[in-house]
Amino acid sequence: MPDKYHIKTQPVPARRPRIGKCGVVDWREDCANCHNCVKKACVFDRYRQEADYIRGLTEMDAFFFQCMGCFSCVQQCTKGLLALSENPVYERLGNRYWTPAIIETTWAQAETAKIPVSGAGYRGKFSGPGFDSMWTDMSEIVRPTRDGIHGREYISTGVDIGRKLPVLHFSKDGQIKMPPLVDIPMPMMIDVLPKEYSLPQLLPVFKAVAAATGIIMIADSKDIGLLGNELEQYLPNIAFYFASGAPLLHKDILRKTRLAEISDDDKTDQRIKELKNINPDMVVAVRVTLDAAGVKRAIELAHRPHMEAIHVVADMNGDEIGAKNPRFVKDMVRQIHNPLVADGIRNEVTLIAGGGIALPEHMAKQLLCGADLVTINLPLLIALECHLCRVCDVSRCPARLDEMDEKYAVGRMINLIAAWHDQLIEVMGAMGIRDARRLRGEAGRALFFEELEEATFGKIFGSRKNR
Amino acid sequence: MAKSLVPEKIDNENLPPNTVKTLVPQVKVERVIKPAPPRYRNELAKYIIRRSADCIMCGKCVEVCPQGVHIMKEGYKYFAAPHQHTCIGPACQKTDHYCVDLCPQKALRMVENPMMKLLGDYRWPADLILATWKMAETGELPSPDYGYDYECGASEGGFDRLRFKFPEKPPVELREDEIDTSLELNRRNDGRPQIKLDVPWYGGGMSFGSVSNVTQLSKARAATAFNTFTCTGEGGYMERMQPYDDHTITQVATGLFGVREETIQRVRIVEFKYAQGAKPGLGGHLLADKVTPAVARMRETVLGISLFSPFPFHSVYSIEDHKKHMDWIKHINRRTLVSAKVSTPIDVDMVAVGSYSAGAHIVHLDGGYGGTGAAPDIAKKNIAMPIEYAIIKVHDFLVREGVRDKITLIASGGIRNAHDIAKAIALGADGVVVGTGELVALGCVRCSRCESGRG
Repeated sequence: MPDKYHIKTQPVPARRPRIGKCGVVDWREDCANCHNCVKKACVFDRYRQEADYIRGLTEMDAFFFQCMGCFSCVQQCTKGLLALSENPVYERLGNRYWTPAIIETTWAQAETAKIPVSGAGYRGKFSGPGFDSMWTDMSEIVRPTRDGIHGREYISTGVDIGRKLPVLHFSKDGQIKMPPLVDIPMPMMIDVLPKEYSLPQLLPVFKAVAAATGIIMIADSKDIGLLGNELEQYLPNIAFYFASGAPLLHKDILRKTRLAEISDDDKTDQRIKELKNINPDMVVAVRVTLDAAGVKRAIELAHRPHMEAIHVVADMNGDEIGAKNPRFVKDMVRQIHNPLVADGIRNEVTLIAGGGIALPEHMAKQLLCGADLVTINLPLLIALECHLCRVCDVSRCPARLDEMDEKYAVGRMINLIAAWHDQLIEVMGAMGIRDARRLRGEAGRALFFEELEEATFGKIFGSRKNR
Repeated sequence: MAKSLVPEKIDNENLPPNTVKTLVPQVKVERVIKPAPPRYRNELAKYIIRRSADCIMCGKCVEVCPQGVHIMKEGYKYFAAPHQHTCIGPACQKTDHYCVDLCPQKALRMVENPMMKLLGDYRWPADLILATWKMAETGELPSPDYGYDYECGASEGGFDRLRFKFPEKPPVELREDEIDTSLELNRRNDGRPQIKLDVPWYGGGMSFGSVSNVTQLSKARAATAFNTFTCTGEGGYMERMQPYDDHTITQVATGLFGVREETIQRVRIVEFKYAQGAKPGLGGHLLADKVTPAVARMRETVLGISLFSPFPFHSVYSIEDHKKHMDWIKHINRRTLVSAKVSTPIDVDMVAVGSYSAGAHIVHLDGGYGGTGAAPDIAKKNIAMPIEYAIIKVHDFLVREGVRDKITLIASGGIRNAHDIAKAIALGADGVVVGTGELVALGCVRCSRCESGRG
């Protein structure tokens, strides 16, 4: 049996005080000092932990907000002195898209590498914008294997990047010339960070994480000097991005890389040719910004016979760039994928989608909508306890990213990727799909809110108008 | 055959031969509504009365409040902890007994409880939880004075966007005692007994191990009182449940934990659990901490070792396999009805028809937004469709196939209150299964920490 893809993990505790949702407010002046104080009876032992936390404080930087919100102490206190309160710091985490709940679950996964589990059913809205407007479908009968839970070992999450031939052409001597392919063990790459969160100290971390997990990081070619020492051994896991007009890197470096990415401009074909001349075995992806012209441009590029991979990128919230009423990235990817299927060329080019991938289900859903793989960046930053406060000033950063060591950062990011990988396998197992390559555009395993709503309630109440 | 089971006399010609029945005397539970006060010292409340240091302990508030919010025990100088949960809040301002206005020292202040922000969620808002507690306490609808908005959740979709158009007044010709809420479960006319519930719902499957003895028995007693059923879930059949055999559904799930001929023969309904709505396609997982000596004995497993119920049934990959399963149970128990519990994939309509073809009396659709136990977050939110869609889809398909009147369609997975039950039935279900509502009635605050086993 061949080796299975496995990411080694170990717990990496938080450096900063944990920011939970709930805390307990205690009106001590009326306390009856009962011997059977409910604080001692906390089933999660949080009061003792809080006391230890306060005792160990060296600076007053955060209150203890690790209450589990079970209300048992509030309900049982003899004098009714306890009350739960919502942590105002928690409320301020992130933004409209990157909600506090997303940030909290990302922190937990980065610490433990475990799949988040909770009880009492789903607690959220029926559906929502973006990726919340679709569900993955499960299979009641068809399974990847007949081995149930253990069959997950047979699920492959590997994908290929590059151009695939529609038919094989053999030369007279029976040889076949195949275009280069880059295979990575899960459908995810690390993208360059948005300008707002550009932190050069993270580049060596991304590099180490990519190598440890077998995935690929995209690094701006101008930042090559920041990637640290011993670059050569990491080159298979680095894809250099060349912005418009950026000079190509040294040939010795390019000959050892498997993937490169270029900005889309009027010299796109010429740049691809230049890179291919240096390293014909390299796959070149073209980065297309998903603005008003992005979808059309991606389709146009995909029809070019030499095009290997297209990386479409929305903004960090998954929205169309520069639009007043932006389309969401999943919809734009469908608008690219479906015409390519209709034209019979979808399988020939790799479609990489970036922007708005905040949770592992987004990865699976983006693939169902037609991407071959996705790129992420902010979740890895959040793994380092970032609040997404946009204050990337070292002196004011609440996550003190300047103080972290590389071992911590690499460990947290690896844990997060491992947890995402496990969750991808969970949903693939439920869908009865054993190969991530088959997940791409598998609309038969996707349920879209608008379609379901129309099919079920539309005939009773008419079409829904307010979405 | 177990000693507590004997062949049943064929005094009913509809009963097939070799029918067995339980010898264990069955408990009768009167359907008597009596107050069941909350067991917590400080029941959570929507509105709270704050008392300032200006209070002179005159007791005026105790005297005027008909709700009994303020408590001054005889012989005591100070107030006891108030019963905040009985306060009706702003509705009291219009009355002549509003304590805040009548306090001679103006020492009282009424505020909305800030903790309400932390109680509940979009599917179960705080008002719905508080109203459920109130209904469990009194057996009646909460007074409108409480101001609870409990007919809907806040999820902005599905049941929460459906409203009934009630007439201004009920039609005069409609008498309350003529309203029939009963539900017949056997529509196959296959010689097996008819089971008629007094109410169109029964209790959800919660296994011994995931919930306590007390919870299971409470569910069983309530089900008996309302002539409906409770479900043991996967994991066996406690001896203590035997006095409720006639109102118990036992489950055959993929792990086959606790499944024995004897338990199958006890009950009037057996449920095959093909999937669970909260984690469809993923099977079940009982954490090691919950495999106590009693649970391990019941499930015939090893103490402290976590238990997996795989997905799917490894012996079922076709309708024919499904029928074989049904026949197996029907052969062991000649009087039982068989239910197939499935989740809600896009082809759930085909699954339902397949269940009918295989011989099921009940097809039980479990939607993704319910669930009482722990499940991966990624599964709860993202796999399979909500129950609202599935009910219509299955109902329509069964009608088109001409078998709608021959199978009972039960829905679960997000049924929270009476309005949801009515909505589910209006969409096409015959009845529903309620799980979370039962736990909330027991005081569950929906903190979602079920997986910790500390509740």
